[in-house]
Amino acid sequence: MSKLDSKIPPGPIDKKWTYHKGHARIVNPANKRRIDIIVVGTGLAGGAAAASLAEQGYSVKAFCYQDSARRAHSIAAQGGINAAKNYMNDGDSVYRLFYDTVKGGDYRAREANVYRLAEVSTNIIDQCVAQGVPFARDYGGLLDNRSFGGVQVSRTFYARGQTGQQLLLGAYSALMRQVGKGTVEMYDRHEMMDVVVVDGKARGIIARDMVTGEIERHSAHAVLLCTGGYGNVFFLSTNAMGCNVTAAWKAHKRGAYFGNPCYTQIHPTCIPVSGHHQSKLTLMSESLRNDGRIWVPAKLEDAKAIQEGRKSGKDIPEADRDYYLERRYPAFGNLVPRDVASRAAKERCDAGFGVNKTGEAVYLDFAAAIERYGKTQANVLKIDKPSKEKLRELGEGIIKEKYGNLFDMYENIVGENPYKEPMMIYPAVHYTMGGLWVDYNLQTTVPGLFCLGEANFSDHGANRLGASALMQGLADGYFVIPYTVGDYLADDIRTGPIKTDTPEFDEAEKVVKGRIDHLMNNKGTKPVDDFHRALGKVMWDKCGMARNEKGLKEAIQEIRKIREEFWRDVRVPGKSGELNQELEKACRVADFLELGELMCMDALDRNESCGGHFREEYQEMDGPQKGEAKRDDVNYAYVSAWEWLGEAGKAQLHKETLTFEEVKLTQRSYK
Amino acid sequence: MKLTLKVWRQAGPKAQGKIVDYPVSDVSEDMSFLEMLDVLNDDLVRKGDEPIAFDHDCREGICGTCSLFINGEAHGPGRGITTCQLHMRKFKDGDTIYVEPWRAKGFPVIKDLVTNRSSFDRIQAAGGFVSVNTSGNLVDGNAVPIPKQDADKAMDAAACIGCGACVATCPNGSAMLFVAAKVSQFSLLPQGRPEAKRRALAMVEQMDKEGFGNCSNTGACEIECPKEISLEHIARLNREYLVATVTKE
Repeated sequence: MSKLDSKIPPGPIDKKWTYHKGHARIVNPANKRRIDIIVVGTGLAGGAAAASLAEQGYSVKAFCYQDSARRAHSIAAQGGINAAKNYMNDGDSVYRLFYDTVKGGDYRAREANVYRLAEVSTNIIDQCVAQGVPFARDYGGLLDNRSFGGVQVSRTFYARGQTGQQLLLGAYSALMRQVGKGTVEMYDRHEMMDVVVVDGKARGIIARDMVTGEIERHSAHAVLLCTGGYGNVFFLSTNAMGCNVTAAWKAHKRGAYFGNPCYTQIHPTCIPVSGHHQSKLTLMSESLRNDGRIWVPAKLEDAKAIQEGRKSGKDIPEADRDYYLERRYPAFGNLVPRDVASRAAKERCDAGFGVNKTGEAVYLDFAAAIERYGKTQANVLKIDKPSKEKLRELGEGIIKEKYGNLFDMYENIVGENPYKEPMMIYPAVHYTMGGLWVDYNLQTTVPGLFCLGEANFSDHGANRLGASALMQGLADGYFVIPYTVGDYLADDIRTGPIKTDTPEFDEAEKVVKGRIDHLMNNKGTKPVDDFHRALGKVMWDKCGMARNEKGLKEAIQEIRKIREEFWRDVRVPGKSGELNQELEKACRVADFLELGELMCMDALDRNESCGGHFREEYQEMDGPQKGEAKRDDVNYAYVSAWEWLGEAGKAQLHKETLTFEEVKLTQRSYK
Repeated sequence: MKLTLKVWRQAGPKAQGKIVDYPVSDVSEDMSFLEMLDVLNDDLVRKGDEPIAFDHDCREGICGTCSLFINGEAHGPGRGITTCQLHMRKFKDGDTIYVEPWRAKGFPVIKDLVTNRSSFDRIQAAGGFVSVNTSGNLVDGNAVPIPKQDADKAMDAAACIGCGACVATCPNGSAMLFVAAKVSQFSLLPQGRPEAKRRALAMVEQMDKEGFGNCSNTGACEIECPKEISLEHIARLNREYLVATVTKE
C-alpha cells in the first residue's frame, strides 16, 4: 500500500498556490509563542525558514554543524539566482521560468511545485533587496541580469561571483536579528544525530554538541530539515568538507521516504583533479560559459602531444580545434544544460581527446571573448588603430571585471594564468536533485517532519538549471514553509510543550550513543577517509556520469564489502566527549555507505536516461539525436520514493506518478 | 618536498598548549595547505596518534571557516587568499613552517588550532541587519535605484567572510574591520540608512563587550584580509559612530 499523496491543490496551475494559501489554517499569534519548531541547517532554506518563522512568533531552535550559521555551504554558490522579473524585456515570464525548469529537469519534476517556485521567485529578489543584499546594478542604478545555461533569456540576478554568499548573509542577518530578540535559540557546532518520532509524529531530535561531545535531547512540535545535498557520497565533489546526508538519512530510517536518490548533478566546469591528495573539487561558475568556448583538439595526435606535455593549447591552430558543444548543439552552443555539457566532455575525453596528463580535462577558452571585448572597448574609448597587445589588454580588463575572482581562484589552484592559457576544466559532482520525498507542503512521509531546499527531492526533476538552487532554497524558506507549517501546527495549539523524558527519546538516544561507542571502541586499523575514498571511487565509476546495469550490480556488491569492512576495521582515535573531527567524519561516512547502495538500486530501477541519470543502455542509437539520452515516459514518468525496511540494501519502492497538464512531454533537444 | 611543521597542540580550552614538531615528506606543490595537513593527519591516525584539529569547510575561500596563523601571518603568505586556497608551491623543500591558531581575547582556543568565534555572531545579532520581516508584498527591487558606485562599494564591504584574520593580525586584537565592513555595507544602501546610527552604536558596544581591543590604525588588518577589505570602511564606521554619538536622542 502506497501512502504517497502529493496534496496538489485543485484549480488551474496559476491559481493553485493562491488557493492553497487562502485555505491553509493559521495559528494565532498568542498560540504561536507556545509552539516550538526545530530547524536543522542554516543555509538559504534553513536560515530563511528559521528567521521567517521566528518573525511570525514561533519559538525556534536552529542547529548547524558549522561554527557559525553564516558558513553553510549555500555561501559558495557563485553565479546567481533566477527570477522571472522580465526586467530585460526579453520575453520572460513566470510561465517561461516554470516551463524552462520542467524541461531542464527532463520532465521528472512535479508541475505544481515548479510553478509555485517560479511564482514566488520575484518576491525573493524584492525581499533580498530590502535586506540590503548588494546585487549588481547598471549605471542607471537598476538591477542587472546575466544569462545562464539551458535558457534563452537573461533572468539571473547576481552579486559578482559571490551571489550565494550575499544571499546567505542576507538570510543570516535576518536570523541574527531574531537571535538578538531571543526568538531563535541558536545551536552552532551541533550535529543532528537522529529524529525522534512520537505517536507517528516528528517531535524532536537528538543532537551532539561537537565541542563537548554531549548527546542532547531537543523537542518541538515540528522539525524542519534544511540540511543540503549528499554529493559528498562521491568523496570528491564541490560540496564543503562537512556536507553530509546524516540528517536526511536518519529521517529516512525513521520513516521518511527517499525520493529519486540516483539523480545527481555533475557540473561541467570544475577544476580537474590534480592527485591522490585531492580533498575536494572547485567549481568554476557556469556564468563563464557565457564568454568561454569549450574545445578539445580535433586530432588525436595533438591531444596526445598535449597529454605528454609536448604541446600546449595555444599551439593548436584554429582549424584543428573541435568546439564540440557548438558543433553538436548549434542552438544553445556552450550554454547547453549542465548534464548535456558534462556528458559531452566525458565523451570526448573517453575517446582520447583530453587535454591534461590524466586525459580528463577539456579547454574553456576566453581568447575569442578577450578579442571581442577588446574591440568594443577600443571603440568606446575612441582608440584609433589599437595594437594587438592593446586590444588584448582592454579585453582582459573587461574579463577581469566580470570574472576576476574566478580567474584568481583558478590561478591559485592550478598555478597557470587563465588570461594567457586556456582554462582546463572537467565535470565534477555538484548537486543532488534527489532527497527526502515531500508533498506540496514540503512535508515528508513522517507527519511534522518537513524538508526544504536541496535536501528535498522536489523542484528540479532529473536535472537542475543553473541559478535555480538559490531560488529554491529561499523560496522554500521565506515563502512556502511559513504558510504550510502553520496548516500542520494548527492541530497542536493545545498540545503543550513536548517532554523529552519519554521512551521514544530514551530509545533514540540509546541508538546514537551505541553507534558512537561502537566506533570509538572498534580498535580498527584504517582511517575513515580510506573507506570514504573507496566508496567515492565506486560511486564515480559506476553510478556517476554514465551508468549501466552490470556496473550498478557490481557497485552494490562492492559497497556492501566496503561497509562491512568499515564497521570491522575503522579506527577513530581520541575520545567521544570532546571535539573529535575523526568521529564526526566516521558518523557521516557510515550513513553515506548505506545511501550509496540505495542510489545504485534507484539507478538500476530506472531503465531510461533522463537528466543527470544516464543509462548507457538507453540512448538514441542513430539519427540526428544519436548518443543523446533516451527517456521513457510511458514507463518511468514517476518519482521513485524508497521506504526503509530495517536494513541497508532493503528498501521498498513507491511510485508517485507524474502527470503533466501544462507542459507537453517532448525530447529535450538543445540542437 | 620535505618540510618541518611546528604546530600548536592544545588538548582543550583550559589545557596548556605547546608547539610540537612534525616532519612531513612527499609534499606535492599542487596540494593545498590544508591537504598537506590532511596527509599528516592521515599518517597520525594510522600511527594511533591524535590528529591535529583545525577548522575548515568549503575549501574554496568563501565560507570563512579556515583560519591558521602560518609563519606569523594570518592565512599564511600570499595576499587576498584564505588558508584553504594557499598552495604548497608557495613553499620550498626544507622549509620550517609554524602553524598556530588565531590568538585574540575574543577568540578563545577550543582545541589545537580551533578557536571559538561566536563573538562575531553576537556582534552581528546586536545590529548587523536591516529590520525587515519576510513579506511577499515588499516594493519592487527596482523601485529605489541605487547608484552603481554605491552598490559596488557596498559589495566591496559585504565581501567580508567573517574569518577573523583582521582580529588575529591586529596588535590590539581589534575587530574594527569586521564591524566596519557590516556597518559600511548597510550605510551605503538606502535600505540600511534608517537604522544607520543605532546599528553603529550597538555593534561597537557589543564589540567592546566581547573584549576586542581598540583600533589604532596600524592597517595590518587590511593587509591580511583575504577579501582585501579596505580601511576606508573603518573611516566610514568612525564617521557613522561619531554622528550617532553626537546626535543621539
